[in-house]
Amino acid sequence: MAETVIHTENLTRKFGNFTAVDAISFEVSKGEIFGFLGANGAGKTTAMRILCGLLAPTSGVAKVAGYDVYTETENIKKHIGYMSQKFSLYNNLTVRENIHFFGGIYGIPKRELKEKSEELISRLGLTQEADKLVGSLPLGWKQKISFSTAILHEPKIVFLDEPTGGVDPITRRQFWDMIYEAAHRGITVFVTTHYMDEAEYCDRVSIMVDGAIAALDTPEELRNQFEAKDMDEVFLRLARGAKRGE
Amino acid sequence: MNTLKYLLQKEFKQIFRNPTILRLIFMMPVIQLILIPLAADYEIKQINISVVDQDHSPYSNRLTQKLLSTGYFQLAEYGNSYQESLKAVGEGDSDIILTIPPDFEKQLIKEDGAKLHLAADAVNGIKAGLGTAYASQIIADFNREVREEWVQFPRFSPLPLVEITSAGWYNPHISYYLFMVPGILAILVTMVGSFLAALNIVAEKEAGTIEQINVTPVKKWQFILGKLLPFWVLGMVSITLGMVVSFIVYSILPVGSFFTIYVFSAVYLLGVLGIGLLVSTFADTQQQATLFAFFFMMIFILLGGLYTPIESMPNWAQWLTKINPPAYFIEVIRAVYIKGSTFKDLLPDFGMMIAFAIGFNWLAVRNYRKRSA
Repeated sequence: MAETVIHTENLTRKFGNFTAVDAISFEVSKGEIFGFLGANGAGKTTAMRILCGLLAPTSGVAKVAGYDVYTETENIKKHIGYMSQKFSLYNNLTVRENIHFFGGIYGIPKRELKEKSEELISRLGLTQEADKLVGSLPLGWKQKISFSTAILHEPKIVFLDEPTGGVDPITRRQFWDMIYEAAHRGITVFVTTHYMDEAEYCDRVSIMVDGAIAALDTPEELRNQFEAKDMDEVFLRLARGAKRGE
Repeated sequence: MNTLKYLLQKEFKQIFRNPTILRLIFMMPVIQLILIPLAADYEIKQINISVVDQDHSPYSNRLTQKLLSTGYFQLAEYGNSYQESLKAVGEGDSDIILTIPPDFEKQLIKEDGAKLHLAADAVNGIKAGLGTAYASQIIADFNREVREEWVQFPRFSPLPLVEITSAGWYNPHISYYLFMVPGILAILVTMVGSFLAALNIVAEKEAGTIEQINVTPVKKWQFILGKLLPFWVLGMVSITLGMVVSFIVYSILPVGSFFTIYVFSAVYLLGVLGIGLLVSTFADTQQQATLFAFFFMMIFILLGGLYTPIESMPNWAQWLTKINPPAYFIEVIRAVYIKGSTFKDLLPDFGMMIAFAIGFNWLAVRNYRKRSA
């Protein structure tokens, strides 16, 4: 059994009377690609923000990279990468400057940072665009840069919140190749998505309905369990029971 | 320390790539300094006066001419019905009515005294007050003139003549610019400090990039210092520019030392930047931040003694000015510019500014959360 990098037990978050995340418990192992599915408003982003140390939980236990989400958020932040739903590179900095900035504030030594960013730029095939402002690039490219920046400091876990939203199928494919490559290097990938074909690419998938985890297993097991021909059907069957909409 | 370097590098790059900020930094001092002192003058000129002359005598005529020759008054109407002139006031064509009664000349000569009547439109209280004061002074002057003509030997004049001469210390010509320009310099620094920093941080909130920073190990103080320092530099540039403009346009140079001005500006800027940072922790959108900052600016300026002397405010308002940072800075800049006050003279104000700087920044750091509750 591989090392556990995310561990939660009855993790709950309430906003007033509204329970956004309702007693979720799960574990994620090192190097795993963990799909975190659910309809809009099911509580995925809230749960992810808690795990990243951006939001305080109401109750329950959660440990990320071995650190407690109540008291050790700053330690967690050293060991994770995060790519939010909102595109979050600086539009008025160039590709190179963005990579340099985010690498720098994660404390990557200067020489190593220089090598790494050049290597990254050429791997992404952006040598021509390296000195263009990020704001002028198409969304698909931005997302790839965003992801690469999020894992530049070799975190233990990378959290991706709907990374492929609004991106064309070819770029999505390439994006998943990058995810596989990262997982292969031992980086755990925690990803939310609305695309059910992407769910098939995950090692394990959890499906959230109304703040709780309704199902959690490998895609294959889930299909068997629900006697469904694909993940789409599994998802629809579970999500149809949802009480709350958007 | 390295982290801070990366944050500063990034901030400066972004500022230099933002033409709006640069324009603001350079245009604001120039336009404000040129426009406000020239346009918003304390002196009331061009008061429209209606003269109701029911006497039509040489003396009434002479009085009217004397009023108009001063340049403060402009003849709106010359008639002989008070009612009609009152109508002109009602319509906004006239500000002051001077009524000269039918037997003005006769009374003045034979009975050694005559009565005149002044009525002012007090909707604009300042205009009415100053207008009647000017008019009264001119009439008194007229009175003296007339009397001196009658007395054969002015040296043995039986009239007790008390003449008052006044000397305006530090500002001998009571120049309005000398008073106003340093005050505007102070407001300038306040605006650059509080507005720009607040808007900048809130813009990062809107873009979502602040969340990306919050999920990194960057420490609170590093992030805040990374925002504070660049805008501190911009503020210092802006006051320097402002001083250059005041020299070129108005030939105004501080009587005191530049050193004193810079030391005070440096500390004061930290304080207003603290206010800006504090605003940014409350506001979620740039609109909110702008409204917040605007609200603060209004109070800062009105209670800062820029236009109205703090000493003439009611007691409760004077207490409020004690916790109003710009009130101190306006006073300091004026003192250094006009009186040549030294650093030592202004030590109590310096203490207050340090207190503001520490207080506001402490609140801002305390209020800034990397993680929402």
